[in-house]
Amino acid sequence: MSQINRLKGGQIDRSKTLNFTFDGKSYQGHEGDTLASALLANNVRLMGRSFKYHRPRGPLTAGSEEPNALVELRTGGRQEPNTRATTAELYDGLVAKSQNKIGSLKFDFMAINDRFSNFLTAGFYYKTFMWPAAFWEKIYEPIIRHAAGLGSLSLEDDPDPYDKGYLHCDLLIIGAGPTGLAAALTAGRAGAQVILADEDFQFGGRLNSENLSIGDQSGVDWAMATVAELATMPNVRLMARTSVIGAFDHSVFSAVERVSDHVIAPAAGKPRQVLWTIYTKRSVLCAGATERPIAFDNNDRPGIMMASAMRSYANRWAVTAAGRVAIFTNNDDGHRTAADLHAKGVKIAAVVDVRSDAPMSQDYEVLAGAQVTDTKGRLGLTFADVTLASGEKRTLEVGALGVSGGWNPNVHMTCHQRGRPVWDDALAAFVPGGELPQGMTVAGAADGQFSTAGALKTGAKTAAAALRDIGINARAVRLPQAEDAPVNLQPFWHVQGTTRGWLDQQNDVTVKDVKLSHQEGFRSVEHLKRYTTLGMATDQGKTSNISGLAIMAELTGKSIPETGTTIFRPPYTPTSLGVLAGRSVGKDFMPTRLTPSHKWAEERGAVFVEAGNWMRAQWFPIAGETHWRESVDREVIATRKSAGVCDVTTLGKVDVQGADAAEFLNKIYCNGFAKLAVGKVRYGLMLREDGIAMDDGTAARLAEDHFVVTTTTANALPVYRHMEFVHQCLFPDMDVQLISTTEAWAQYAVAGPNSRKLLEKIVDQDMSNEAFPFMACANITVCGGLRARLFRISFSGELAYEIAVPTAYGDALMRKIMDVGAEFNVTPYGTEALSVMRIEKGHAVANELNGTTSAQNLGMGRMVSKKKDSIGSILSEREGMNRDGDLRLVGVKPVNAGDPVPAGAHLMNATGPVDAAHDQGYLTSSAYSPDMGHQIALGFVKDGSNRYGEVMRLVSPLTGVETSVEICSAHFVDPEGERLRA
Amino acid sequence: MIINHPLLGPRAASEFTYLGDAKLMDRPDWQSATAAQDFYEYGYLRDNPAGWHEELWFHEGGDRSWLVVTRNTLTHEISKVELARDVARKRGRSK
Amino acid sequence: MHDLTPVTALGGTTPRSDTIGGLTITENAGVALASVAARLGKEAACRKALAKVLGAVPGPGKVQLNDPEAGFWMGPDQWMIGAPMATHELLADQLKAQMGDSASVTEQSGGWVVFDVVGDAVEDFSERLCALPIRQMASGDAQRTTIHHLGCFVIRRADDNHLRILGPRASAGSLHHALVAAAGSVG
Repeated sequence: MSQINRLKGGQIDRSKTLNFTFDGKSYQGHEGDTLASALLANNVRLMGRSFKYHRPRGPLTAGSEEPNALVELRTGGRQEPNTRATTAELYDGLVAKSQNKIGSLKFDFMAINDRFSNFLTAGFYYKTFMWPAAFWEKIYEPIIRHAAGLGSLSLEDDPDPYDKGYLHCDLLIIGAGPTGLAAALTAGRAGAQVILADEDFQFGGRLNSENLSIGDQSGVDWAMATVAELATMPNVRLMARTSVIGAFDHSVFSAVERVSDHVIAPAAGKPRQVLWTIYTKRSVLCAGATERPIAFDNNDRPGIMMASAMRSYANRWAVTAAGRVAIFTNNDDGHRTAADLHAKGVKIAAVVDVRSDAPMSQDYEVLAGAQVTDTKGRLGLTFADVTLASGEKRTLEVGALGVSGGWNPNVHMTCHQRGRPVWDDALAAFVPGGELPQGMTVAGAADGQFSTAGALKTGAKTAAAALRDIGINARAVRLPQAEDAPVNLQPFWHVQGTTRGWLDQQNDVTVKDVKLSHQEGFRSVEHLKRYTTLGMATDQGKTSNISGLAIMAELTGKSIPETGTTIFRPPYTPTSLGVLAGRSVGKDFMPTRLTPSHKWAEERGAVFVEAGNWMRAQWFPIAGETHWRESVDREVIATRKSAGVCDVTTLGKVDVQGADAAEFLNKIYCNGFAKLAVGKVRYGLMLREDGIAMDDGTAARLAEDHFVVTTTTANALPVYRHMEFVHQCLFPDMDVQLISTTEAWAQYAVAGPNSRKLLEKIVDQDMSNEAFPFMACANITVCGGLRARLFRISFSGELAYEIAVPTAYGDALMRKIMDVGAEFNVTPYGTEALSVMRIEKGHAVANELNGTTSAQNLGMGRMVSKKKDSIGSILSEREGMNRDGDLRLVGVKPVNAGDPVPAGAHLMNATGPVDAAHDQGYLTSSAYSPDMGHQIALGFVKDGSNRYGEVMRLVSPLTGVETSVEICSAHFVDPEGERLRA
Repeated sequence: MIINHPLLGPRAASEFTYLGDAKLMDRPDWQSATAAQDFYEYGYLRDNPAGWHEELWFHEGGDRSWLVVTRNTLTHEISKVELARDVARKRGRSK
Repeated sequence: MHDLTPVTALGGTTPRSDTIGGLTITENAGVALASVAARLGKEAACRKALAKVLGAVPGPGKVQLNDPEAGFWMGPDQWMIGAPMATHELLADQLKAQMGDSASVTEQSGGWVVFDVVGDAVEDFSERLCALPIRQMASGDAQRTTIHHLGCFVIRRADDNHLRILGPRASAGSLHHALVAAAGSVG
């Protein structure tokens, strides 16, 4: 019979049977089960192997603090390693595998590590794999990675989307146990905007796990009734399956909602998970508390679990790990587990209580002043050895043992802004302390209020106070009577004499490791953590930290508060990388920007290149071309011979208007603009305040008080930001208005000796050299009346224009240019040909304006006006930037025409050493020039034009280049500029 | 982090870009006899206080206002947010 | 009359419309846009002229849903004005004539893609896209925000179930993809 460990009652739906497999074997559970509860129901206690020693392990807990029962959930691209079986909601068709084993779970070859445990203690890696260093990468690391570690990835793409989202509320309530529900009821009835979030799929927190009543209802029924009332309130958002994972500056929280993890696959288009950013005014942390274990020898066998978890399995999921169990406790709460399990018909072998005054029971034996000292059972607990108060030994035959060492408030989120918890002697636990995240208060068990009545009362009171603080009139709701037992506990961390008693089951840290850490001088809590790995990995030591530092306190003879505690950072629980990425994956990582001619270019088979977010046509291959150089050379030659067209929309365009527009340009450009005539364009160089070139472009004066400034594609945004800075922060009383119009206009360069003839067929006005000379600009119309802008500027060095129309007409204009230009063999060219032609012409771009070069370096030192104030003008006069013999922009060509002259290579004297001390300069841009018939380059060389004609060595040790080159003018083509003025 | 924009109210810090010390607004007079030294100090010398700091933020994902934000660099507490243009005028900047 | 045929921001000859669940996302190619920024010292005259065009001058975070011209606040002393393309293709020129020398006017029709999103789940939809407190916003609110890394304006129109989103035109395809994906998540 299946589910032999199923008890009566519980909150599972027995009418719904769910089929699932674990390690290939089929089982059945019910709706409402977790994977762990369903496996326990089927008498499966063994669920994993430990990290280092590969010891057999079962679930220690019934919640998100679980260190042991980690499985690989689902298969293929949806496979998720290190999933806690204790929180994985069961669904029909669930597939899970155990992990961290070689062989089978029952016979793991790596279990040999357990035999060598003496060698694998704290600091093992530090000590063993130190030497020789070369062994680390090739030998040690692969072995360690293979043997240790947790689950594995399928390495297939995750097929499911993840979303991000943003929420706003007055009050965020973290945790929907009795505290959170009382807080939500208070805030909801007060009309506040409330978010109530809980990591569990069922609200109620510990109420679901306890057999307690609230007023005349069971705790579970009260929780359900309260949730039902909250669900009717439009101002309350109930978020189940939602883990709040971090508290950030200014009351901002992160939460992960598992939308589809409880179904076999997300519905079409629906995300698997959502990462919510929650903007709050106030928050109440109602995160409850976590029970802590007691260390004794071999306390890690499957079947040994927290007493509270045993109670959860019995009360909520109607499951027991075994038919005969025992309890080991140092407080009254452990007895509750015995009572609840007894009531469900589970045989209680004994309650072992370290306290001599332990409460007695009519129903089962209580061994006061006794301790569990060791256990047996290879793949699961079979016997527990007990030392009685008298010193007598006794062996209990049990399949499960519940351990209770007291409770620790879940203070984690109070630490996310560096709050440091403080020790409470009465509770023998750390409670929230120090500076809490802005707007956060804590209530219920998270604040050390461990009774149900305390939880309800403080939840309601704390929420009301938080709301009154933000001006919302709220009163704590009246709540029914509930259990109000005091905490009755005798601090007890480990059985004396224990060595292989586990503290941190996830990292295999034992009492002996803490002793070793102490012995070797790693005594502060931070050192203890790092030396032993106590509290690391997926559970972040939720069950182990306090015991570890309590033992360290004992060893150093200090108190626990003197020893202190480590603090916690986000995320509270493990978070998938997928949800952090959201929709920004693959080609959707960033948005793309398409030029107005994109569709047309695509139709022509253009090859695109990403430039920033823009997709730009790089070249346009035609039939028969097999190499990109063929296409690029053809485009260059055709343009220089007749006419070419290129989409230059991507250049930034800033509209500058106002009475002081010209004066403003005088500030941002180092050269003068005040006297630029209306209808004219001028090249402008922008400097940073330190005199280094920032960007360059043109400014066209369309009216006395109206300019259009262009920037380089990549700098469009930073230059606009800089312009606003200069205006708002430096010259606030200038009458100037700025706005970006980059995307508002489709702009095409039409270049080549026939460009005028071509445009005459489109432009509705006189295009003659007299009417529209070099560097002219105008608002015009095209094609019989469409508004447009025309600029006679040239990047290629040819007779050239840039023509702009409103973006919606960009596609049509490009097709029109191609149409009317057919008789001139108009040739579309891409960014490669654009680059070849500008290198041939000696125009600088970002390669040259590379953040280290000044106007002087670029050969534009004389452009920096000394007659006016402009950004960068004063600091560019510094001595160090005006030395003779400094780097200057030059051209470089190979001595032997076939040699490459690659960018990035450095220039050295013809003879002498080749090293950094003798560096003479470097190349920034290079290309094959179809015009010259060999490669050409631009670069910077010391003493610039004085070295024209000098033969130097070009070296690139990295790529093995060493060739002879000649320094020349950067203007390879038409140095006098006759073509562009034609 | 949240920046309480003087016109638009609380906005997520992700909408802003950061420049640095608000002293960048105090650009020296280019015609001063000590202009070279003044610009050197303006360009290169900055305090890096552990505590309150007046700094410039640009609302790039918003209304394109430059803001002067008074922020505690230890706690991220923000005590004051002003439009930089108003601050610039208060400090005597004009055109 | 010229003979050039415009295309929509998504590249079609007609606007695109998608219905996902209960949400309909429609490209609106029929809006002409121009920005208006007050000249220094002429702010009062600018507001007066603008009030004549819009009926009232929208303050920070607000839109004036007037007919045929509507307008929203973009920044201090700066507004974006929209009007039907069919009657107002030369909106910038028309506004310049109305504003005189009180304001700088810049044509923006080509700079933006406009999407109308209609459906009962528009608030859930908005929460998957941007950080705006959409449920606290009412008809007449217009805020700039970031959607899929893009600076966009989100306008709550007259009907509760109607959002208008303006985004940078060159990224119309990416923005559309993000809107459709979000609609799929909540629709």
